[in-house]
Amino acid sequence: MFLRLLSDIQWRAAHPKWRRMTSSQRSTSTTAEPHPVSLPAQAQVVICGGGIIGTSVAYHLSKMGFKDIVLLEQGRLAAGTTRFCAGIVSTARPVSIELKMAHYSNKLYQQLEQETGVQTGYMKTGSISLAQTQDRLISLKRIASSLNVMGIPCEIISPKKVLQLHPLINIHDLVGAMYLPEDALVSSANVSLALATAASRNGVQIHERTSVSHVTIQKGRVTGVETDRGRIQCEYFVNCAGQWAYELGHSGEEPVHIPVHACEHFYLLTHPLQEPVSSSLPTIVDPDGRIYIRNWQGGILSGGFEKNPKPLFTEGRNQLEIQNLQEDWDHFGPLLGALLRRMPGLEALQIMQLVNCPESFTPDMRCIMGESPTARGYFVLAGMNSAGISYGGGAGKYLAEWIVNGYPSENVWPLDLKRFGTLQSSRTFLRHRVMEVMPLMYDLKVPRWDFQTGRQLRTSPLYDRLDAQGARWMEKHGFERVKYFVPPGNDLLDLDHSKTFYKPDWFDIVGSEVKCCKEAVCVIDMSSFTKFEISSTGDQALESLQYLFANDLDVPVGHVVHTGMLNENGGYENDCSIARLSKRSFFMISPTDQQVHCWAWLKNHLPDDSNLVLEDVTWKYTALNLIGPRAVDVLSELSYAPMTAEHFPSLFCKEMSVGYANGIRVMSITHTGEPGFVLYIPIEYALHVYNEVMNMGQKYGIRNAGYYALRSLRIEKFFAFWGQDLDAFTTPMECGREFQVKLDKGMEFLGQEVLLEQKQNGVYKRFTMFILEDHDTDMDLWPWWGEPIFRNGRYVGKTTSSAYSYTLERHVCLGFVHHFDEKTGEKLVVTTDFINQGEYEIDIAGQRFQAKAKLYPFSSLFTQRRRKDEVELSGYQRE
Amino acid sequence: MCVCPGPRRIAIPVRSSRLPLLSDAMPAPAHLFPLIRNCEISRIGSTACYCHHKHLCCLSSHFAHSHFRYAPQKKFAALYRPKEHFNHFIHARDYASTPQRFYLTPAQVNSILKANEYSFKVPEFDGKNVSSVLGFDSNQLPANAPIEDRRSAATCLQTRGMLLGVFDGHAGCACAQAVSERLFYYIAVSLLPHETLLEIENAVENGRALLPILQWHKHPNDYFSKEASKLYFNSLRTYWQELIDLNSGETTDVREALINAFKRLDNDISLEAQVGDPNSFLNYLVLRVAFSGSTACVAHVDGVDLHIANTGDSRAMLGVQEEDGSWSAVNLSYDHNAQNENEVERVKMEHPKSEEKSLVKQDRLLGLLMPFRAFGDVKFKWSIELQKRVVESGPDQLNDNEYTKFIPPNYHTPPYLTAEPEVIHHKLRPQDKFLVLATDGLWETMHRQDVARIVGEYLTGVHHQQPIAVGGYKVTLGQMHGLLTERRAKISSVFEDQNAATHLIRHAVGNNEFGTVDHERLSKMLSLPEELARMYRDDITIIVVQFNSHVIGAYQNEEL
Repeated sequence: MFLRLLSDIQWRAAHPKWRRMTSSQRSTSTTAEPHPVSLPAQAQVVICGGGIIGTSVAYHLSKMGFKDIVLLEQGRLAAGTTRFCAGIVSTARPVSIELKMAHYSNKLYQQLEQETGVQTGYMKTGSISLAQTQDRLISLKRIASSLNVMGIPCEIISPKKVLQLHPLINIHDLVGAMYLPEDALVSSANVSLALATAASRNGVQIHERTSVSHVTIQKGRVTGVETDRGRIQCEYFVNCAGQWAYELGHSGEEPVHIPVHACEHFYLLTHPLQEPVSSSLPTIVDPDGRIYIRNWQGGILSGGFEKNPKPLFTEGRNQLEIQNLQEDWDHFGPLLGALLRRMPGLEALQIMQLVNCPESFTPDMRCIMGESPTARGYFVLAGMNSAGISYGGGAGKYLAEWIVNGYPSENVWPLDLKRFGTLQSSRTFLRHRVMEVMPLMYDLKVPRWDFQTGRQLRTSPLYDRLDAQGARWMEKHGFERVKYFVPPGNDLLDLDHSKTFYKPDWFDIVGSEVKCCKEAVCVIDMSSFTKFEISSTGDQALESLQYLFANDLDVPVGHVVHTGMLNENGGYENDCSIARLSKRSFFMISPTDQQVHCWAWLKNHLPDDSNLVLEDVTWKYTALNLIGPRAVDVLSELSYAPMTAEHFPSLFCKEMSVGYANGIRVMSITHTGEPGFVLYIPIEYALHVYNEVMNMGQKYGIRNAGYYALRSLRIEKFFAFWGQDLDAFTTPMECGREFQVKLDKGMEFLGQEVLLEQKQNGVYKRFTMFILEDHDTDMDLWPWWGEPIFRNGRYVGKTTSSAYSYTLERHVCLGFVHHFDEKTGEKLVVTTDFINQGEYEIDIAGQRFQAKAKLYPFSSLFTQRRRKDEVELSGYQRE
Repeated sequence: MCVCPGPRRIAIPVRSSRLPLLSDAMPAPAHLFPLIRNCEISRIGSTACYCHHKHLCCLSSHFAHSHFRYAPQKKFAALYRPKEHFNHFIHARDYASTPQRFYLTPAQVNSILKANEYSFKVPEFDGKNVSSVLGFDSNQLPANAPIEDRRSAATCLQTRGMLLGVFDGHAGCACAQAVSERLFYYIAVSLLPHETLLEIENAVENGRALLPILQWHKHPNDYFSKEASKLYFNSLRTYWQELIDLNSGETTDVREALINAFKRLDNDISLEAQVGDPNSFLNYLVLRVAFSGSTACVAHVDGVDLHIANTGDSRAMLGVQEEDGSWSAVNLSYDHNAQNENEVERVKMEHPKSEEKSLVKQDRLLGLLMPFRAFGDVKFKWSIELQKRVVESGPDQLNDNEYTKFIPPNYHTPPYLTAEPEVIHHKLRPQDKFLVLATDGLWETMHRQDVARIVGEYLTGVHHQQPIAVGGYKVTLGQMHGLLTERRAKISSVFEDQNAATHLIRHAVGNNEFGTVDHERLSKMLSLPEELARMYRDDITIIVVQFNSHVIGAYQNEEL
């Protein structure tokens, strides 16, 4: 019955019954009604999942002109997590892309009732995020800074003001709060139904009670969907199955790994207060108490993210619709305590229900979006980390853009499915990780925090050796990497205490590692970097790579080339170093988290030629990075080969022996701008070479170093890192890397046109280095990334990374400067003069620090031997 | 013997900042001092302890025993009513100046509580436990130094069944020690069929290896006296020889066997003291055993048949889980003391009407003894002549002892005391989950209903705590919060213990007015100096036997 209503547009619009059914509780009758409409045999897009996400994707796809769309829901529309969701739309999000999605969602829901005629219960109540500690207030101020520059009203307010806005709150333990007047409440199920209504009006066919059994994939492309009611051929499949996304991804012959895992989530509903709570009362988020509180039908709705979450469905028990799971008061107890502390006046309020509604979480607290790396046309949007309503609208829009245009209008790499691989797909890993992630929703997130669960999965063969020498570890794409080495006898505070927005306790340790890199030699284990080998029988490898990379790879054998892997728009899909091993084979080094993405990109773009072989050799090599002026001495003593610049120039690669081990691939790059070498060592030699290096290096003052030192070095050298500074929306022209683009290499390459155009007409943003002038390293808040940049008092962009430069004894921030037209806000060309003729300030949690902008590194400060890329950099300066 | 019974149930104010007992406790009033000399006689009752007479407070540890009060002057008996009258002493002396403010850490508390804990799991065969008993947990917390309580547990090897018992000694621990070593042998022998008795006797006769009768389950601190083993064995052998001669041919009834064993052992204790022993150490030992006393509460479990034989005021209690999951307690023994009307009636029946008034005074037998049945205590059993003869012919230690020479007042028609137990038989049902045997140190601080609940919740584990469901009830947020806080406190105290008996002791000693364990209170109670401890608590000995509901259910089905 309901089905027919959805597909019969004309009838639905006029009939009052429709409205009643959508706004009231759905009937719970379980008798399967006969399906009045049979499934189409084929469609362009099949969406699986009729929650807020699925309907949002359908809505946006249909709006963007796709007509042939089928949405399948195994139960009823909006009957899963969406129905039980608390319905809070809040833009208080720390990650910029999530913030944008939430902002868009809010605007979308606001006009949805008018657009569709379906009551969505949209109510602009505002929200107040409370801070019980100064650190929490800092984190709120950081969010407020980024909201303000986006034009979203946001205010840091005093506890007294909180009391004016929300009379029920106990404010005695508060130090401040953040007020977002535009945040809203909705009835999430009705929003979803409104989106479905609009979508079906635009031609989307919606079929309830239809389960997808699996997706058929042929030759790496989606070909169709098998359902319990028959098969639908399709070009695109969108997996919006929420907490069942993992299972659905694994149901087919070729699994699509979607790392989501459900946790039970509890919230409380109460009867109305004696004097019913106003429906415009702001929503309260008390992260230190781990709870949120919103008004609900005169009473309140309050839930939270407890410290000890209960993961659910690890074995993947499937259910048609999520039944209301068991209430667990004992589990909710601490949250109830926090609620009563926050609103003591509610003691006498009568309980209506404790709702247990599973939410799905992801390994890094960000949602999962995008195309499968293994199956083209297989799209995913899931793992909303209990913010499905806030993200739903925006996420649906971006995914629709992705399907229609090939890529969304914003950089969504932080959400891209391809940031994960099979290694995050273990159920045990997910179960353990989500138990950490769920409490993290409300934990204080300070710069450089690391996940504690699901660790030690990928390690270098040197792990134990380094660990025994005091290594402190962080994790990237499952790989353990050293942050720094704690010298013996130097007791750092344990994790909880070292959480700070200010100068961290490892400051001096990293300082001494940096000093050693500058004056002697350090060794950093960089085995985590993604390593591919591309070879061919003929010239196929060279030809294909020349098309995919902007720099000229037709260099003499033994040369190393830094180059971007660009998309059609000239944006960086990847930033790598490629060594030409022989005429027909290349060795490619890219960032650690590129393993899946780069593989997929190459697979999709390389010609289907059996003579062209692409191999992932990441696991085969241990990489030791020897940084420092004495690296030359260490290596030449170990190899009995002269390693000076005359014999082993910069950006050079050679297989040689180190100690007893032969076939070590030595490259004269360091990823830092310092002199030195990276040794790619077949793993069985790793320990030997490491021991030899350390023994021989002793007389040159060798020591271990970690990634924090590396980062400080590369940032003070103005080196951009992909994933941090560079993304698919940044071209080499915009980040001062024109020298890595060979427009005249005599071959067409991806992104060439755009780059040519930029070269002629200029760029609309420029990667700039900022030196903080009046920033006190000891006393002031440290920059992290995402801080707004102000030029002459006007917002021009955000920082992308920052570090303390031990050489300059100043903080260095890297970021992009835009030129917005003062009247229209239109983006204008950014010229060198525009950059140089401005007074800059960086906003750290609301406090502005003067900064000096630079477009080139302080080459004069670094008196080390000139290296090829720096020479080219100086050449660029002259332009 | 001067007995200064300490107040035994003192509610320590929870939030008091200083150790309140030091100001509120009963100090020995100065005018009592002359009597303290009498404490010398207490030596007869203590096997291994030395009395530090210089210290006033040490009185309490030896004399404060509530089971046995000897008050040469009546006023003392009136004064030192332990439960109600401790307030009288509050003003007697101010100890507040004594710097006694040490608190124990939770780890220290645990090490004290767990020092004597013991657990036994009935071994499984083929992965199945066919016994109706899953195992037991036991523990002791001393208040006297040394502790006067004893415990025993053993499996019968020649018959089926398991024996468990707690023994609360008074006037020293000699009698309790002897009973804890010997009683189970007497019971086991009483239960043995004629053929087995013959076999054993033949083995002894021919110097062959003896069939083991009992398998003991002992904590390292539970010791057996080596010196007396020969003596004890000979008495036991005499007993089974008599049983062989008496061969009735009937199958042994457990009830009768228990009663016979109790009576026989008490008789042997009495006889051994009368006969004496050429070895002076043993001679002194048997006299100490006979002149001190002990209660006994023994359980015999065989399949679904549970027999409790009780003598004195220890108690056996069955924990029953009701259909709704809640816990209730069923008493399986009657206390033999002045609070038991039947018992008072019995004593009165056994003696002429003329003695009616002097028999029970101040809730004590002859105004002295709290339990109305006990092992040993020959002072309440022998005739005056016999007592005098034994004391005079006995070793000097005995002769110098004021207590042994002292004859209870109004002592006309002995014996006044018996060791004969009351036996209760209970057929185990699947809902009977556990049995608690404990000395009165537990029962005077906790109601049996609370004991049943605490042990029941402990054994079934936290996860079995009934989930709360609001359903259609009207519950406010505040009420729910209170309820949850209470449940959490319960859970946290359960997690600390691996032993049900330890858990029970933690509650018995540390419970505050809300029925939850208060660490501060627990710490204070356990850090009491030896000489004061007895005034706040008695020795506690607990055995918790856990039943195997599956096996019991199977038995039941067979019978149906």
